[in-house]
Amino acid sequence: MNPENYLYLATILFAIGSVGVLVRRNAIVVFMCIELMLNASNLAFVSFARLNGNIDGQVVAFFVMVVAAAEVVIGLAIIVTIFRTRRSASVDDPNLLKL
Amino acid sequence: MIELLSTAPPTSTGEAVAFWVLAPIAVIAAVMILLSRKAVHSALWMATTMIVLAVLFIMQGGIFLGVVQVVVYTGAVMMLFLFVLMLVGVDASDSFVETLRAQRVAGILLALGLGGMLVAAISRAAFPAAPGVGAANDGAGGHVEAIAQAIFTRYVFTFEVVSIVLITAAVGAMALTHKELLTPRKPHGQLSVERIRGEHPTPYPSPGVYARHNAVDTPALLPDGSASEASVPDELRRQGTVRYTELEAAREQESEGGTPR
Repeated sequence: MNPENYLYLATILFAIGSVGVLVRRNAIVVFMCIELMLNASNLAFVSFARLNGNIDGQVVAFFVMVVAAAEVVIGLAIIVTIFRTRRSASVDDPNLLKL
Repeated sequence: MIELLSTAPPTSTGEAVAFWVLAPIAVIAAVMILLSRKAVHSALWMATTMIVLAVLFIMQGGIFLGVVQVVVYTGAVMMLFLFVLMLVGVDASDSFVETLRAQRVAGILLALGLGGMLVAAISRAAFPAAPGVGAANDGAGGHVEAIAQAIFTRYVFTFEVVSIVLITAAVGAMALTHKELLTPRKPHGQLSVERIRGEHPTPYPSPGVYARHNAVDTPALLPDGSASEASVPDELRRQGTVRYTELEAAREQESEGGTPR
């Protein structure tokens, strides 16, 4: 097997995650799909670390993981705040700025 | 173990078998995230994908990263997702009504284009004969040592910035979810004084006593056979979901507008 297959897998997962971000309405599911895209990029980083024979790719993937955790904390807090005021977790409902 | 994993040839049969078993699982689980109507099911499929990815990390010599993936993603992030799902309401199914016309088709087409472009780029690129991270690990005296050396020397500034991001996120989450009280919270002493001077100093009767059910929405029966309004929570009475027995319902209709018992 060719190690490039990991990169193909990462690409496929990234594309699936982007479909979810574009298509789904539930804000929490959209967030899950963003996490899927971040995970797919992590897989690509780890694969590149192996292809190039140095550890830097894994370190970058580690940082991506930490930033993803911070992003989830803030994103979910925003979802909870919106749910408190609008009683909905759908991304279609917050349309107060619409004319 | 670490030596074995990191110095194995890049195209060993065992790894190929593991990859061809795990990669379809990851892709199917990822597709199921999209197709699940309930958010909780999506979360479970997400956990599956993340565990599979952790195994793929470990297969490629990222042992520390694989363990961190399990701890941080399936342990912390997915638990946070499930907590928020419980807060927001598990039953809230996704609406599949399109507000923008043909958005779903356009989204799928765009993603297919993105995937096709990336696959084409990767298939045209020339890669070196994957040396693996074994040499880098040996240079530092071990896998975790190599990662620690990289984080705390070359990437120390990034590390500091990331720690600032984490602290900001924690403070931001507290600020966002903090709720101001509309009225000051009454201290315990004042509550008990109000209770003794109020109309009902003793505890309220518990629901369902002497009635035929013991659920909270079934009022207790008083010695004369009438229902005790004080035994059901106020909230249920306001919603009008109190369950009277048949006998009691008949009595209620007779004495409409009577004083609450």
